[in-house]
Amino acid sequence: MGMFGRRKTVFVDSDILVIGGGMAGCGATYEARYWGRDLNIVCVEKANIERSGAVAQGLYAINCYMGMQWGENQPEDHVRYARNDLMGLVREDLGYDIARHVDSTVHKFEEWGLPIMKDPKTGRYLREGKWQIMIHGESYKPIVAEAARKAATKVCNRIMITHLLMDKTKSNRVAGAVGFNVRTGDFHVFRAKAVIVGAGGASHIFKPRAVGEGMGRTWYAPWSSASAYALPILAGAKMTQMENRIVLTRFKDGYGPVGAYFLHLKTYTQNGYGEEFESKWYNQTKELVGDYIDRHPVPTCLRNHAFLEETKAGRGPIRMVTKEAFQDPHKETVGWENFLGMTIGQAVVWASQNIDPKHTNPELTTSEPYVMGSHATCSGAWASGPEDYAPAEYQWGYNRMMTVDGLFGAGDTIGGTAHKFSSGSFTEGRIAAKAAVRYVSDMGKNQPQVSEQDYKDLEREIFQPLETYRVGRNEITGGTVSPSYLLPIHGLQRLEKIMDEYVGGISANYITNDQLLNRGIELLGMLKEDMAHMGAEDLHQLQRTWELHHRLLASESVTQHTLFRQETRWPGYYYRGDHMKLDDKDWHCFTLSRYDRESGKWAMEKAPVYHIID
Amino acid sequence: MPTFVYMTRCDGCGHCVDICPSDIMHIDKVHRRAFNIEPNMCWECYSCVKACPQNAIDVRGYADFAPMGHSVRVLREEAKGTISWRLKFRDGREKDFVSPIRTTPWGSIKGAAEYAVPRPEDLASQELAHEPEALKISGGLPALRPEQLKQGVL
Repeated sequence: MGMFGRRKTVFVDSDILVIGGGMAGCGATYEARYWGRDLNIVCVEKANIERSGAVAQGLYAINCYMGMQWGENQPEDHVRYARNDLMGLVREDLGYDIARHVDSTVHKFEEWGLPIMKDPKTGRYLREGKWQIMIHGESYKPIVAEAARKAATKVCNRIMITHLLMDKTKSNRVAGAVGFNVRTGDFHVFRAKAVIVGAGGASHIFKPRAVGEGMGRTWYAPWSSASAYALPILAGAKMTQMENRIVLTRFKDGYGPVGAYFLHLKTYTQNGYGEEFESKWYNQTKELVGDYIDRHPVPTCLRNHAFLEETKAGRGPIRMVTKEAFQDPHKETVGWENFLGMTIGQAVVWASQNIDPKHTNPELTTSEPYVMGSHATCSGAWASGPEDYAPAEYQWGYNRMMTVDGLFGAGDTIGGTAHKFSSGSFTEGRIAAKAAVRYVSDMGKNQPQVSEQDYKDLEREIFQPLETYRVGRNEITGGTVSPSYLLPIHGLQRLEKIMDEYVGGISANYITNDQLLNRGIELLGMLKEDMAHMGAEDLHQLQRTWELHHRLLASESVTQHTLFRQETRWPGYYYRGDHMKLDDKDWHCFTLSRYDRESGKWAMEKAPVYHIID
Repeated sequence: MPTFVYMTRCDGCGHCVDICPSDIMHIDKVHRRAFNIEPNMCWECYSCVKACPQNAIDVRGYADFAPMGHSVRVLREEAKGTISWRLKFRDGREKDFVSPIRTTPWGSIKGAAEYAVPRPEDLASQELAHEPEALKISGGLPALRPEQLKQGVL
C-alpha cells in the first residue's frame, strides 16, 4: 500500500456523532438538527448514505405503520403483536414508544416524496397486512438520505468506525470514536459529547446456504457487519437477547420476501406432495411451547418449526402456491415488482431458472440465522426507556441511552424492540437524537475528553494488518496461503463454520447444546487470538478485517447468551437440544451480558419483563 | 447476481465506486475501467447498475444457482421519476415493469432547520419534531401510565 508512513490523522469534532447512515442514523441526524439548531452534528458512514444500510436496495413495503389517523391500530396493539411473535419477550416500554411516534415519521416520508400506494376505495394507505403498507420504495433510501444530508453539519462517507473512544477521566462515559477512510487510508478521530450508534446488524456470522459466488446473496445485506453490537460491547455496554437470532422462511436461493405473497396475494404453502402441513405439527409444537402455539397470528418461529419438521420428515420441498393468484394480472405485477423493489436477486433467480409463478409454484427455504434488532427478532443493547412511563428497572438516564453515559442507539443497535423495521428504526433514531440533544444541553461545561494515548494505541492496532501483510507477503512466492497471516475471507469462513456447527446453524438443523456451545466458545477464542495475525493487502481488505472483528465479537456474545438461556424459547429459530422446552418458570426474562474488555470475560444476568396489563 | 462491467462502455467515471454499499466496485489501475473486485460480497442490489451513466454494468446471476441466459436490466430516470425493468428468462420470455420512484422534485425536502425553532421547554417533552400535528390525530401523543406495566407471564 505504501500508505503506512504517509497516513494523516484527521480530527472531526462534534456535539453529536451519529455512527451509521442507514434508516436509524438518518432519523437521528434529522431529529438532532430539529432540536439542536446550533449543534455540530456529524454522521459517519462506511459506504455512501445515498445507498447504505439494509434499505440501500429499496423496499416495497413499510412494515410498521399504525394508521392511528383512521383508527386502524393503536400503539398497544402493536406491542401485543410483537410480544406474541417473540414468544412473550419484548421491551414493551420501548416498543410502545416507537409505535406511538411512527405514524408521524411515515407522514413525513410521504411529504418528502416517497410514493405510498393508496386504496382506491378508501383513499387510505394501501394495506398489505395489519401493520404493513405498500410503497414504491426504489428510492426510499435516497429520499431519506436527502433529509439527513440537509440536517447534518457534515456527512463523512466511506469511513469505517472501528472503536468508540471513552472519556479520559470517567471510564463509563463515551467521548467519540475512531476509524479510517477506506479510500485515502487516513486515520479519523471523532471527538463528540454524545454518540448515537445506528450501525447495522449481523449477516455472515453463520455459514450461509450459498458458499460460492452466491454467498453475498444473504437475506440481510452482506455489509451489515455487526458494528451495531461490537461497538457498544467493546465500550462495556450491556446487551440483551443476543441469543434471539432469526431464521427467515424465504423463496429459495434469492431469499425473496414472502410477506406480500402471504398477506396481499393470499398465496399459501404446501409440501412437496401438495398437502397442507402446518396443522400436522400442532400437537408436537404444543408439547414444546404450550399455549403459545394457540396465539394469533402464529409466531414466526413456530411457523418455521412446522416447515423444518415437515422437511426433516422427507416431504420437501415446501412450495408457495402462486399459480392461482398470479392469474390475476394485477397480482402478478405486484408479485414481480415486490422483488424488483427490494430483492432483485430473486427476480434474477426466477428468470434464470424459467420460474414464472403463474405456471410454477416456487420453492421456499429457511435461511441461515441472522442477528439483528429490527425484524421479527430483537437482539441489541440494553437501553433506558421513555421517561414518562418506563418502569424504574428500565430507566437510568435518557431515552435510548445504553448503560454507558452519553452512548445512545437506534435501529438494529437497540435490543428488545422487535418489528420496528425501516420506519421504526428511523423513528427510534429520532427518539434517541432528541434525548441526545437534551443530554448535551444538560452537560454544560462538563465535557468528555479523549486520551491521546488511547487513540494512538488504537491507530497502531487498526492499521497493523497492512503491515502484517506487507512483511509476511515477502516470505511466500505468491497465492493466498501464508504461514504468518490469514486474509479476512479466511477468518470469515472459519467464523461461519464454527457458528454453523456449534451454535445452531443450517448444517446442524439449528440445534445446539451446552457441550457444543462450550466447544464453540473455545474455537471462537482461538480465532480471536488469530485476529492478531490478520493480513490486509489493501484498504478494502482492511475494512473486511475490521468487519470481521465486529462479527466475531457479536458471535461470541450470541454464543454466551445461547449458553446462558437454558430453554428453547423460539423453536424454528434455534433449539437447545439439552433443554427442548420453553420454560416460563425460569426463563420468562431478558438475558443480559456485559463484556469486560480487559479480561475478555462475559458477565451474564437476568432482567425482568414488564407487560402492558390492561 | 454479481455485477460485471462491459469494457467498451465503461469510461472509468467512478460513479459505481462511489455508490457501492459493499465497496466492491473499484477501478482497474491498468485499464482505467471499473470492475467487481469481490463478486461473493455482491448483494445484487443494483445500486451501481442504476448509477452508471454509460449503462456499462450488468449482472449475471450467481454461478452456484443461476443457470445462464437470463437478464434483468434496469433504467432509473430521476427526471421522469420512474424506474423501468426488463426481465428476460433463460427460455427467452420477457416481462416489463415500470414504477414511480418519487412524487416530489429531487432536492425539495424542507430541511429540519427550516422549521420554526422549537421552544426550549419542549426539549423535555415526549413529542418529536412536527408532533403532535404530524400524527394527524386528536388528543395528542398517546402515552401509557406507569402502572399499566407489570411483571408476570401473560
